[in-house]
Amino acid sequence: MDVSLDSLYLKTGAFELRANCLLASDTAYAIIGPSGEGKSTLLQAIAGFVRPSGGRVLIGGRDCTRIQPADRPTTILFQEHNLFPHLSVYENTALGIRPDLRLTSEQRNQAINVLNRVGLGGYENRLPGSLSGGQRQRAALARALLRARPVLLLDEPFAALGPGLRAEMLGLVSEIRAEHAITLIFVTHEPSDALKAADFTLMIGGGRVCRPVATKELFANPPPELKTYLGL
Amino acid sequence: MARRANPLTSIAGAAAVAAVALVTLVPVASLWFNADRLLGRNAEFNLAAADIAALRFTLLQATLSAAISVGLAIPVARAIFRRRFWGRELLISVLGAPFLLPVIVAVIGLLAVWGRSGWISSALTMSGFERISIYGLSGVLLAHVFFNLPLATRMILQAWTRIPANHFRIAEQVGMTPRDVFRHLEIPMLRAVVPGAFLIIALICASSFAVVLALGGGPRATTLELAIYEAIRFEFNLGRAASLALLQFAMGGAIAIFVFAGNRDIGFGGGARVDFQRWRSKDKLPVAADILAIGLLFVLLGLPLVAILLDGAPKLATLPGEVWPALKNSILISLSSTAISIILGLALSARIATLSRLPARAVEVFSMLALSASPLVIGTGLFLLLRPFVNPFDMALPVTALVNSAMSLPLAVRILVPAQRRIIEVYGPLKESLGVRGWSGFRLVHWPALRSPAGFAAGIAAALSMGDLGVVALFAPPEFATLPLVVYRLIGAYRTDQATGAALLLVLASFALYYIFDRGGRLGRLA
Repeated sequence: MDVSLDSLYLKTGAFELRANCLLASDTAYAIIGPSGEGKSTLLQAIAGFVRPSGGRVLIGGRDCTRIQPADRPTTILFQEHNLFPHLSVYENTALGIRPDLRLTSEQRNQAINVLNRVGLGGYENRLPGSLSGGQRQRAALARALLRARPVLLLDEPFAALGPGLRAEMLGLVSEIRAEHAITLIFVTHEPSDALKAADFTLMIGGGRVCRPVATKELFANPPPELKTYLGL
Repeated sequence: MARRANPLTSIAGAAAVAAVALVTLVPVASLWFNADRLLGRNAEFNLAAADIAALRFTLLQATLSAAISVGLAIPVARAIFRRRFWGRELLISVLGAPFLLPVIVAVIGLLAVWGRSGWISSALTMSGFERISIYGLSGVLLAHVFFNLPLATRMILQAWTRIPANHFRIAEQVGMTPRDVFRHLEIPMLRAVVPGAFLIIALICASSFAVVLALGGGPRATTLELAIYEAIRFEFNLGRAASLALLQFAMGGAIAIFVFAGNRDIGFGGGARVDFQRWRSKDKLPVAADILAIGLLFVLLGLPLVAILLDGAPKLATLPGEVWPALKNSILISLSSTAISIILGLALSARIATLSRLPARAVEVFSMLALSASPLVIGTGLFLLLRPFVNPFDMALPVTALVNSAMSLPLAVRILVPAQRRIIEVYGPLKESLGVRGWSGFRLVHWPALRSPAGFAAGIAAALSMGDLGVVALFAPPEFATLPLVVYRLIGAYRTDQATGAALLLVLASFALYYIFDRGGRLGRLA
C-alpha cells in the first residue's frame, strides 16, 4: 500500500516539520537525519498518534488524517516499551489479533506459528522481563506480523541492540517485508542499515522531509547536508 | 565506586543515630518498665473493656478512612490524568497543600461546611430538613479523607504517569476499548500502588490525634491516642496511659511492618513520560464521570478552605489577646524543632549516603521509627521519664520541640539522602583528588548542593511543627498554649468566630515559615 504525505505540516511548540512526498507500495524506506528533527514525530503522524496541523496522510489512496490509530492500515514498533510487562509473550503477541485476548483455537495456533517464525518458539509463557532486548523486540515484531497491516513503521526498535543482532533483526524484517509485500518505513542513524534494508532513503532536516532518493545513489553521491550529518 | 565515610561523617552519623534512639526508643522502653510497675500497684493488669473499644474504633476508623481515601482517589487521579483543563497544574500542586495545613484548621473549615451551624446544615434547614452533626465517626472520617484523599490521589496519579506512553499508544493501535485499557494497563498499575497507599494512610489515621480530639470522643468514638490523652489529663492514671501507649506502639509497628514489607514496585521501567496527544473524547459518559470526580474533589477539599478564608479574614482584626503569646511559643517551638531536625537530618543522611544498600535501608527504617511511635506514645514515655525529676507540665515547650523534630526527621532524611548520594557520585572523586575534606569540604562542596533540599525540608519541618497539636496537648498547663492549642480551646469554648480568625492566623504563619525556609534555601543559587 502506498503512503502519500500531502502537504503534511506538523507543529508542536517551536517544532515544525513539513513533508510532501509519495512512498510506493511494497518498498522499503529509511528515514535518516539528526536527532530532534522529527523522525519519530513523522512516523507517529503516519501511525495516527500525532495530529497534523495541516495537510493530509493518505494510505492506499484513503485519507487517514482523521482516522484512529487502530483503524489505520499501519503498525508501529517503538524503541522501547513495546510489551506489557505483566502479560506473557504469547498474550502480548495475541493482542495483535484481539485486544481482549479471546482467541479461537485457530487464532491461537496462528499466534504460536508467528512466534516460531520470529524465533521465539518455546518462549510463549515467559514474561518480557525475563527476555533479552532482542527477544523482546522479536515478540513485538510477531505481534506486528499478526496484525498483518500493509504498512510497517519502525521507530528504531533495534537501536539498543549490538551491531550483529541489529543486522540480524533487520534481515528478519526484510524477509518478512518481502513475503507479505509490506511497505516498510524505518528510522535509523546508521547508513549501513539504510544501505542494507532500504530501497530509498528520506533525509530529514531543517524542518522538512526531502523526497526519497535511491539509497545507493544517495550514499554514493551525498548532498552537503548528508555529508555534514555523516561527518564527511 | 569507593564510598568511604570520612571520620567526621561517621561520628556525626553515629551521634544522630544515638539522638534518634534517645528520643524514640528510650521513651518507649520507659513505657515498658513503667507500665509493669504502675499497673502492678494499681492491680488492674487486664485491658479494660473501654481500652478494647478504643483499639477497635482506632482500627475501624483507620480502615474506613484509608478505604474511602484510596477508593475516591482512583477516579479522581484517573480524571486528572486523562483530562487537560485550565488550572490542572495548579490543582496538582494544591493537592500537596493539605499536608502542611494544621489539622485543627482543617477541622474548623470542615465544621464551617458540615457542622451543626455550617453551610450544609443551613441549606438543609432552609429546605425543611434536620441539621446534620459530624461529631463522632463521620467527622473523623471526613477529616481523614480531607487530608488523605489528596495524598492518595498524588500517589496514584504518579503511578499513572509512570505507565510508559508507548503502552497507551500500543493499546490504541491494537484497538483496545477503555475496558481493555483498564484491564491490561491500569489494573496492574493499581494493584502495585493501591495496597501501599492504603497501608500508609491507615498508619497515619491510626495514630492521628488532633482530629479525634476535636471531632471524636465519648465511648463510641475514642481512639487509643485519645484514650492515652484522657488517661493522663483527666484520670491521671499513668499505668493505664502507659499500657495504652504500648498497645498503640505495637499496633503502629505492626502496620508499619506491612508498609515496609509491601514496599515493592512493579517493573514498568523508566519509560519516556511523553505527554501524548489524544483526541477521542467522543465518549460522553467518561467525560461526565471525570467532571464528577474533580467536582467531588473540590467539594471535599475546596469548600472547607474557602470557608476558612471567608469566615476568618474579617476576624483577623479582632483576635483575642491569648493568641499573641501562643503565636510566640509556636514560633519558638517550630524554629527549635526545625533546627534539631535539620542538623540530625544532615548528619543521618550523610551517613546513609555512604553506606551500602542494606545498612542504609536499616538506618533509614530506624529513623522512621518515629512514624510508628506516635507523638502521644513518645510523649507519654517522656512524661514518665521526666516525672521523677521535674514537673512534666513545666516542660511543655522543650518536649514539644523535641517530639516535633522526631516527627519531621524521617521526612528530612528522605529529602536529603538523594542529594547526598548525588554529591558523592558527582563530586566525590574530584573532592578526593583535590583533598578538600572536613569542614571546608562541607562548606565548599556539600552545603551549596544541599542548601535547596535542606531549605525545603526545613520549610516542611517548620510548618508541621507550627501546626502540630499532639504532644503539646498532653503537656501544656492551662496557662501555657501554642497557637493550635488556643484554636482548639476556643472551639471548645464555643467561641467559633475567634477560633476561625486564630485558625487563619495559624495557616498564614505555617505557610510563611514554609515559604521563608524553602525560598531561603534557593536564594542566590545559580541553578
